[in-house]
Amino acid sequence: MLQAFTTLLGLQLLGEILVRALHLPVPGPVVGMLALVVLLLRRGGPPAWLEPTAQGLLRHLGLLFVPAGVGIIVHTDLLTRAWLPLLLTLLLGTTLTLVVTALSLRLLLVLTARRAPATVEAGND
Amino acid sequence: MTELWAYLAHTPLLWLALTLASYLLASEAARRSGNHPLCNPVLLAVLMLIGLLRISGTSYATFFDGAQFIHFLLGPATVALAVPLAQVIRRVRQMALPLALALGAGALAAIGGTVLLAQSLGLDGPTLRSLLPRSVTTPIAMGVAEHIGGEPSLTAALVILTGMIGALIANDLLRLLRVEEPAIRGFAMGLAAHGIGTARALQLHTEAGAFATLAMILNGVLTAVLLPLLLN
Repeated sequence: MLQAFTTLLGLQLLGEILVRALHLPVPGPVVGMLALVVLLLRRGGPPAWLEPTAQGLLRHLGLLFVPAGVGIIVHTDLLTRAWLPLLLTLLLGTTLTLVVTALSLRLLLVLTARRAPATVEAGND
Repeated sequence: MTELWAYLAHTPLLWLALTLASYLLASEAARRSGNHPLCNPVLLAVLMLIGLLRISGTSYATFFDGAQFIHFLLGPATVALAVPLAQVIRRVRQMALPLALALGAGALAAIGGTVLLAQSLGLDGPTLRSLLPRSVTTPIAMGVAEHIGGEPSLTAALVILTGMIGALIANDLLRLLRVEEPAIRGFAMGLAAHGIGTARALQLHTEAGAFATLAMILNGVLTAVLLPLLLN
């Protein structure tokens, strides 16, 4: 676990340094995650000491949003003033995103399946 | 008694412990409701803690002194998303092109739809900027919001609401569109409704859950790159 935490924090630190040094438009932890993905894909899988800590953190991911979520009390003015436009934006925007994503992926899978019949089933192995 | 409260009110321990306890309680309530999307543990825990802050007259700053230790773990947790992502990437390499194109279409729909809807409904400034990353998983969304001049705590709340809306409507909406394939359903749910949509997809189908994880992370990365560029 110590090794895993050092790795995760080390990569986050690397990400923060790269973001600042290269003026990248992305949060530091995202750069750290991409670095870890590259390492894992090259290695062929996560080392045994990394997986339990990573999965443990992700299993309780919801807990980590709670402190920031409580911060909504700082914005009660805005929420009482603009709850209807906010709710409509979230509801219609989420509907649009679901429809566009599902329909475009279905169309693209049909189009690529015509060229190479095996690809649609590729995710099922 | 007042002496005891004077101690408790100034130690980070109190709100750290109460945050953990609220989340445990909320998780148990969510489990008993059969993981109903409205009974989201994050939302329940947040409501409980807001109630406690109001009753005790505690400020958000005092609360955060304790809760920051949990908040800090968002960074390493974001890095840890690489583990499930690497696993799914290996499985879907052959579908890379359709997935990448659908990801682009979905991410643009999420951002473009939000801008058009929010502006036509009269939202602008920091509120609009806080809304923009709403489809993205909370740790990334908060980082992006900070980057583009939004309010991270407002973004966190809007992201969680988006996830709950997505988890509530996705199943019926996709059935209406006759989208039956678990891979497509999961991908759409992960992209539009991040972790909460992914949890919902996992309840419906393992395959859907894997594709939801993939879409959630890729949309997070793509939005993190796209938004600052689009705003410039």
